Amino acid sequence: MVLAADPSEKFAGFAHPERLVSTEWLAQHLGEPGLVVVESDEDVLLYETGHIPGAVKVDWHTELNDPIARDYIDGAGFSTLLGSKGISRDSTVVIYGDKNNWWAAYALWVFTLFGHEDVRLLDGGRAKWEAEGREYTTDKPAITAVDYPVVERDDVTVRAFKEDVLAHLGSPLVDVRSPEEFSGERTTAPAYPEEGALRGGHIPSAQNVPWAKAVAEDGTFKTPVELDAVYRAGAGLKQGDPVIAYCRIGERSSHTWFVLTHLLGFENVRNYDGSWTEWGSAVRVPIVRGSEPGVVPSR
Amino acid sequence: MQTALPNERVIIEAMTSDLPESLAVIRDDFLALDQPDRLQLLLEFSGELPALPEHLKDHPDLLERVEECQSPVFIVVELEDDAAQTVRMHATAPREAPTTRGFASILVQGLSGLTADQVLEVPSDYPQMLGLNDAVSLLRIRGMGGMLARVKRQIALKRVAA
Repeated sequence: MVLAADPSEKFAGFAHPERLVSTEWLAQHLGEPGLVVVESDEDVLLYETGHIPGAVKVDWHTELNDPIARDYIDGAGFSTLLGSKGISRDSTVVIYGDKNNWWAAYALWVFTLFGHEDVRLLDGGRAKWEAEGREYTTDKPAITAVDYPVVERDDVTVRAFKEDVLAHLGSPLVDVRSPEEFSGERTTAPAYPEEGALRGGHIPSAQNVPWAKAVAEDGTFKTPVELDAVYRAGAGLKQGDPVIAYCRIGERSSHTWFVLTHLLGFENVRNYDGSWTEWGSAVRVPIVRGSEPGVVPSR
Repeated sequence: MQTALPNERVIIEAMTSDLPESLAVIRDDFLALDQPDRLQLLLEFSGELPALPEHLKDHPDLLERVEECQSPVFIVVELEDDAAQTVRMHATAPREAPTTRGFASILVQGLSGLTADQVLEVPSDYPQMLGLNDAVSLLRIRGMGGMLARVKRQIALKRVAA
């Protein structure tokens, strides 16, 4: 950690308060050596319309994904990417983005696959920075390329594959999609093809906790008490539980992964990035339709 | 950033030899550029999306939401009273969704002024012909395909109703 954690009182109740920074904190620390601000959006052009001064852009689709296989870039690719953005292994990285930090959380999760230690989210993301009338620029940041080591991606600790989910059945699963996607009812209008998965529904026994339940109206994360109500009281997750979260392609569930891991302190949470686009098209995997979690079939 | 294959243009032109002039020009403008500049051109299109005309401004009910796009974008297609049923397309999308605005702007500029028949014959994979797959990603371009499909569907329905 190069920069000290944001001491904001709001974060003190979280398990890992050093994983969040406030807009005030970021405004005060912009330009400090050792800090790199990263914007990661759903919209590939949003950064170009204006960004936090000095921030670099990392696109989840064209930069973090492997261009051919459905996978992430490897250690060599990550080393080249981060080096070219001026990020060192010990940089403090603060990520922010649109859509309540969906893609920012996704980028943070990918950084975690490579063990980048000090990576934080801007609480409230782009929307809060903008709502507060803080500075934006369209100037390209002056980046000095640096060396980032080649680190092997860890696909075990925070990432789950389809086979892992099959082996996990019976332990807590969190489906963070909308209720309509969870139940498997059609979500597209008549006469339009259903895209992305061949079957609708959810993985047996999954609790449906739409990701946005973790977010307050101003786009910041809810308080620890409110988050407890959603995930512990609401979804029945217990400390020590191994949990797997999934959504459609793993982006919304990395937001939930962040909440469970860094805000609530669950120690064994994995994100199934294959998510419904894989499970809903896979052959002979169990699926439950309707709004009830359903039961795990006996094997 | 991957560069375009040398024969990309040849393949695409062969696929789309009878594309209407307006759409062909837009396609050629994109293909003439390097990948980063294609993104910049899309941003320019985004800035050029015209505001809704007066008669639609206060009538959100007349516009259809494009569900294939994750950002809220609404479109409406009007057919003029002439024999060719000249198409006028209008769209609105928020400033925070410049890519979606760019896609809408391409279609508004490329389809408006064509006849209804011409629009119905536009290949459904026109969005894939702009050489944006690497710079923007296929998944995002699907949103533009959804927009085009809805334009065609609106035209078909309006013809039946007329």
